[in-house]
Amino acid sequence: MATKVVMEALSPTMEEGRLVKWLKNEGDQVKNGETLAEVETDKAIMELVARGEGVLRKRLLPEDSAAPVGQLIAVIAGPDENIDALVGGAAGAAAPAPSPTPAPADVVAKGNETAGASPVPRTAAQSQGEASTPPQEKVADAPAASSASQPPAQPAPAPQAGSNGGRTRSSPLARRLASESGLDLQAVQGSGPGGRIIKRDVEAAVASGPRSPVTGAAVAVPAAAGADSRDVPLTQIRKTIARRLSESIGPIPTFYLTAELDMERVAEMRTAMSAMGDEFKVSFNDIVLKAVATALSQHPEVNAHWLGDKIRYFNRVHLGMAVAIEEGLITPVIFDADHKRMSEISRESRELAKRARDRKLKPEEYTGSTFSVSNLGMFGIDQFTAIINPPEVGILAIGALEDKPVVLDGEVVHRKRMRVTMSCDHRVVDGALGARFLQTLRRLIENPLMLVY
Amino acid sequence: MPVITYRDALNQALREEMQRDDRVFLMGEEVAVYQGAYKVSKGLLQEFGEMRVVDTPITELGFAGVGVGAAMVGLRPIIEFMTWNFALLALDQVVNSAAKMLYMSGGQYNMPMVFRGPNGAALQLSAQHSQAWESWLAYIPGLKVVAPGTPYDAKGLLKSAIRDDNPVIVLEGEMLYNTKGEVPDDREVLIPIGKAELKREGEHASIITHGKMVLTAMQVADQLAKQGITIDVVDLRTIRPMDIEAITTSVRKTNRAVVLEEGWEVCGVGAQVVDYIQRECFDDLDAPVVRVHQADVPMPYAKNLERAAKPDAAKAIAAVKKVMYLE
Repeated sequence: MATKVVMEALSPTMEEGRLVKWLKNEGDQVKNGETLAEVETDKAIMELVARGEGVLRKRLLPEDSAAPVGQLIAVIAGPDENIDALVGGAAGAAAPAPSPTPAPADVVAKGNETAGASPVPRTAAQSQGEASTPPQEKVADAPAASSASQPPAQPAPAPQAGSNGGRTRSSPLARRLASESGLDLQAVQGSGPGGRIIKRDVEAAVASGPRSPVTGAAVAVPAAAGADSRDVPLTQIRKTIARRLSESIGPIPTFYLTAELDMERVAEMRTAMSAMGDEFKVSFNDIVLKAVATALSQHPEVNAHWLGDKIRYFNRVHLGMAVAIEEGLITPVIFDADHKRMSEISRESRELAKRARDRKLKPEEYTGSTFSVSNLGMFGIDQFTAIINPPEVGILAIGALEDKPVVLDGEVVHRKRMRVTMSCDHRVVDGALGARFLQTLRRLIENPLMLVY
Repeated sequence: MPVITYRDALNQALREEMQRDDRVFLMGEEVAVYQGAYKVSKGLLQEFGEMRVVDTPITELGFAGVGVGAAMVGLRPIIEFMTWNFALLALDQVVNSAAKMLYMSGGQYNMPMVFRGPNGAALQLSAQHSQAWESWLAYIPGLKVVAPGTPYDAKGLLKSAIRDDNPVIVLEGEMLYNTKGEVPDDREVLIPIGKAELKREGEHASIITHGKMVLTAMQVADQLAKQGITIDVVDLRTIRPMDIEAITTSVRKTNRAVVLEEGWEVCGVGAQVVDYIQRECFDDLDAPVVRVHQADVPMPYAKNLERAAKPDAAKAIAAVKKVMYLE
């Protein structure tokens, strides 16, 4: 009994995956649950495992190519089993193909050229999607050349994105409204039970403008790629960052509150702790995370999600911490941060950051945060504004620690100071509310003993 | 407009129709001398005499059969059951004789008759006397079934039932008899059988209901309005034939439906309503339809358990919030 291997949804938001590396060759024996390949999702590199036993008979997706979730990418079957029906015209058509399967970068370039010349331009994303399904493309492009080797009955075309196996749940009304407004439901985040896309999600998506690539819209004729420039296809994570962040800055009425906190006592405490031995060493960031978590537990009104027609306030504090990684950024979560000791926060944030950089985070480790913190202090940034990660309603941007002259009791003294800026979603957090949160944070940071109270 | 009770509205309908047409007569247990177990027939014996207001023995099957025979020879009987729980004994006459006579006689015999009485639970009457029978009756081709929820509807629907040439079931309510409402002092208050009424207009969800539960739905609408939620209350008025258009018009507008009924869930009237909605409004639904109904148990006698078993405003409000994804 043959088993179809399809591109699986390996993260909650994954729509397509790039096959990084095949770990099994054609002809290899595979067992149920054995890893077949590494796949780059929109967030991480994940393992794709076999869902059946037998021989890996056919790999249909070359390394470094992307395929939409649900697309057939390999076949596992008995050593002599006839798999023509599964592979369909694909195997036969692929053989006489005049040129090898193009690498994605080539395809992008080709896509762009086409864009300049053709009345029906294609976006890079679409071309890439097609490139990942070479068999069908060949069949479509060169029917005459391949017709001789076609079996008489054409197999049904493999599903494209949109009707794939990674099913998007949506209410019938949401589907109708989406199709009426030309919206791709795959690009909509569902807020109903089990992620079901409902009317309000479609309305919100329509209100915030189109964000899926629309034929024609994305096609400013680009300068030809040459020595002065370099075309780089979008990675999955870059696509997700772009989508999520523009989603944020568009519809969210954000305002910013900045406060300069005195870090003298935090510095003293940290020095004192380090003096007690290496096991008591914590970073400034750890202390700030602990203080933010504690302040959030006292201000549940900023520890919330905006859900379109309601606000969800959380009793638990799940603190997201933005981590810069090579390809962009990711926000792993310290769950129940308000109930964790500083040593636990310190250890956990270190581990999460490391695994983020190694791209080993599991989806459940970077989803579910209720508030986030972003720290660019280590880059010497004095102060900055961070972009809210929806549906959260606030994010705190931490600047660098500096020695500064300040006036204290009528005298100029030098103190360690640090600037924090909170971005607030005004639909939920009003000015005074945000200010009160920062007041609490200041009290905690400037009197760090309160963190152990 | 005069404000009268549901009981007096029925009494008016009976009196006016008996005055209008001397073929109309009332028959049942305690309807004459005792003036009706619930006083619906008060004063009728005095006005119309014992030939037209007839006390019977406790023999539901017998007097229902006498009614069928009377209808066959051209009279227009109104058969009162003290409650529909007792009418179980008469169902052979209702289902096998009244409902099928026109069909099986090849169109020779109309059945211009009414079977009426209180339906559903009152208070602490326990398992055998607290049942809602509408799905049993609406199941039968050949019957029409109406369930008035207000005094106005009680008068208008009973008068239409009496004038109809087919057997019509009128489901009243013990808890409804004392409710009051505006009823015109007009002999031609006729509510068409087969037409629902939009009793309240809103935008966020639709409650589809009938009979006693109309009052509950109106309370729900009032309470939700205070929270900024407005709902359509679609009163079916007639369960068979059902006004599908009224249901679909409302659901197409609000995209969310709750079906509220007094009876049990399995094979209930609400199941039929949900079927019409899924057939006609599939692409308009933003949430699965939620049903509110009696718990799937014989009605408990204990007050607290009876309250827990019955559908009520709180349960219906929770259902509305569920279809709106509010909780």
